Amino acid sequence: MQGFAGLSQFSVFLLMALGLAIIFGQMKVINMAHGEFLTAGAYTTVVISDLVTKYCPSLLPYYFIFAIIMAFVVAFLLGYLVEFMLVRHLYHRALDTLLATWGVSMIMQQGFRFIFGGREDSAILPEWLMGSWSPTDTIDIPLNGLFLLGTSIVMTLLVAFLMHRSRWGLNVRATVQNREMANAVGINTKKVDRVTFALGCGIAGIAGAVFTTIGSVSPAAGSLYIVDTFIVVVFGGAGSLLGTVLAAFSIAQSQSILEFFLSGVLAKVWVLAIVVGILMIKPQGLIANRVRK
Amino acid sequence: MNIESKVRNRALAGKLGAACLLSAALNAAAADDWKNPVLDKYPTAAVATSGISVGDNYVTVGQLHSISGTMAISETGSVEAERLAIKQINDMGGVLGRKIKIIQEDGASDWPTFAEKAKKLLVQDKVASVFGCWTSASRKAVLPIFEKENGMLYYPTFYEGLEASKNVIYTGQEATQQILWGLDWAYAQGCRTFYLIGSDYIWPRTSNKIARRHIEEHLKGCKVVGEDYYPLGHTSFGSLINKVKLKKPDCIYSIVVGGSNVSWYKQLHAAGITGESLAKKNKLLLTISTTEDEILGIGGENCEGFYACMKYFQSLGNENNVKFVEAFKDMWGDDSVIGDVTQAAYLGPWLWKATVEKAGSFDIDNVATASEDVEFTGAPEGYVRIADNHHLWSKARIGKMLKNGQFEMIAESDELIEPNPFPEGYK
Repeated sequence: MQGFAGLSQFSVFLLMALGLAIIFGQMKVINMAHGEFLTAGAYTTVVISDLVTKYCPSLLPYYFIFAIIMAFVVAFLLGYLVEFMLVRHLYHRALDTLLATWGVSMIMQQGFRFIFGGREDSAILPEWLMGSWSPTDTIDIPLNGLFLLGTSIVMTLLVAFLMHRSRWGLNVRATVQNREMANAVGINTKKVDRVTFALGCGIAGIAGAVFTTIGSVSPAAGSLYIVDTFIVVVFGGAGSLLGTVLAAFSIAQSQSILEFFLSGVLAKVWVLAIVVGILMIKPQGLIANRVRK
Repeated sequence: MNIESKVRNRALAGKLGAACLLSAALNAAAADDWKNPVLDKYPTAAVATSGISVGDNYVTVGQLHSISGTMAISETGSVEAERLAIKQINDMGGVLGRKIKIIQEDGASDWPTFAEKAKKLLVQDKVASVFGCWTSASRKAVLPIFEKENGMLYYPTFYEGLEASKNVIYTGQEATQQILWGLDWAYAQGCRTFYLIGSDYIWPRTSNKIARRHIEEHLKGCKVVGEDYYPLGHTSFGSLINKVKLKKPDCIYSIVVGGSNVSWYKQLHAAGITGESLAKKNKLLLTISTTEDEILGIGGENCEGFYACMKYFQSLGNENNVKFVEAFKDMWGDDSVIGDVTQAAYLGPWLWKATVEKAGSFDIDNVATASEDVEFTGAPEGYVRIADNHHLWSKARIGKMLKNGQFEMIAESDELIEPNPFPEGYK
């Protein structure tokens, strides 16, 4: 039961961190607007949920799958646009990407506020995501938690496959390791960059869509997650998918276990202290990328 | 429900703007054409001796809420209710024969801005009264200014207490009228063990401190089995819910605020803790932080069957309230929702009018002294009276949350409860 609380926290972290692991890990772009792409995905879900309720309530049980796909598409397109207009001018200047994307994040937040108002909003959940599965009387495993876990596992496998088993993943890794050489052998590195960035954002959009099952949507929702996400990615060792998974798992489990024995606020303090401690010993994170120097 | 809430959001901005223009026009017209019938009885030189902005035909008041920023959504209800009250008062002929002109300022959810605008209203505009503020932080920011410049503030939010000022009338309930009465009610329902949960800032922490004292020292055989705080905006309550399940408290006492509410109730529901499942075991969830406004975002199906201790619910059946709800919806739209604080804000202008008429003067010192025992029989919550500590005598009520986002009132205090912002032993 308590183990499951940790697992569902783990899937939240993992889903958030996947997109960032691609963008920050592979491209070294510090994307402060990552949380806002998540919010974009969440709002997409809310809008679709409202449209469905209004125009064809009979589709309510099924709309959620469609909403996830649309969340991906919207966030992907937004990411594509941001890369094209802003980020591509700033490669090789990691700190400047931080400032620029921070600006983007504020613009997006105000944009959400302008369009949707400041009130907390939430999507209507299909029946099959409500309630819990209780194998015994005392155990209730929330269905939305299971769904979250399932989604994050599927997404991780997909990303792993893309990065390590596909032609496109090879191109990405080649570009990251040596841009000039990759260009020379005929890889369109500009296109690789753009799609990689957009893909990271798209995954954030999916996370946003899925998070509507556990929380509310508001213009600032994304910024609540962004710090945790960066901690997970850095702690795991930027660029390593396995490291991200490990980091998400260990942080989520230790936090939820500590929350159980200490108070919520104190648990957070301890987790951060432990993370800082480990990073002092292993500055590269849990699993460092082997880089030829 | 979600669609409704959004329609309302989008409509609000437009409506507020329109209302500002409209009332500005009304005010202008009022000042020019209005023939004052009671001028002989209340000549301006006599009713306003301290230089505040009162003319033969008008009196100026300030309205100081957040129109922008993160608090705007909460405070919008208060703005609307105060404007409704002022419009109704003007339609009846105003205060001492003078129509009310409003100067609206935006605190922008920023406490220094609140202080600055309060100073502007008092020093430059010399308003006869200010209706405004919502968070304790904004009230604390303007308080020294109201005391120094000798202004009058009508403050509408229920709050933690431990404050009283000559220059403020608190129209919301303070802690003892909400927390203590609510806990007593839970005790009467058979609750003996309590789990206190809150968002991590001053109001929930102070409120729970008072609650803990009351449970441990005044309720026989009761104890607090857990107390937990989570940061504002926190969204994963899994571990907390497990702890609650393990400790099996008779009463889950919740002061979670803002967006966290949505996650909190959704996850409770998912973990199998619902009003129904608690009722089966003679347990309950009691909150002092969730009103009709929050349920709009949470979704009624997630909190059906839980209880809230407030002094007002939109569904109250008394005559005053039926009229109030109708007038409110007439002015601000059929889909508007009225929560506890919105009603408390509505009381402000009416109490001020009654006080001024009792004092026969707009001067702040006279109004402050005359405030004691001023009553308002037309209050939507029933009837209220101002006590000598400038808080209201009012009733406390328990509402049960319904699936449609409204409350069903299931208990109320027999008598008006005396406000006591400095309860013995809780300081």
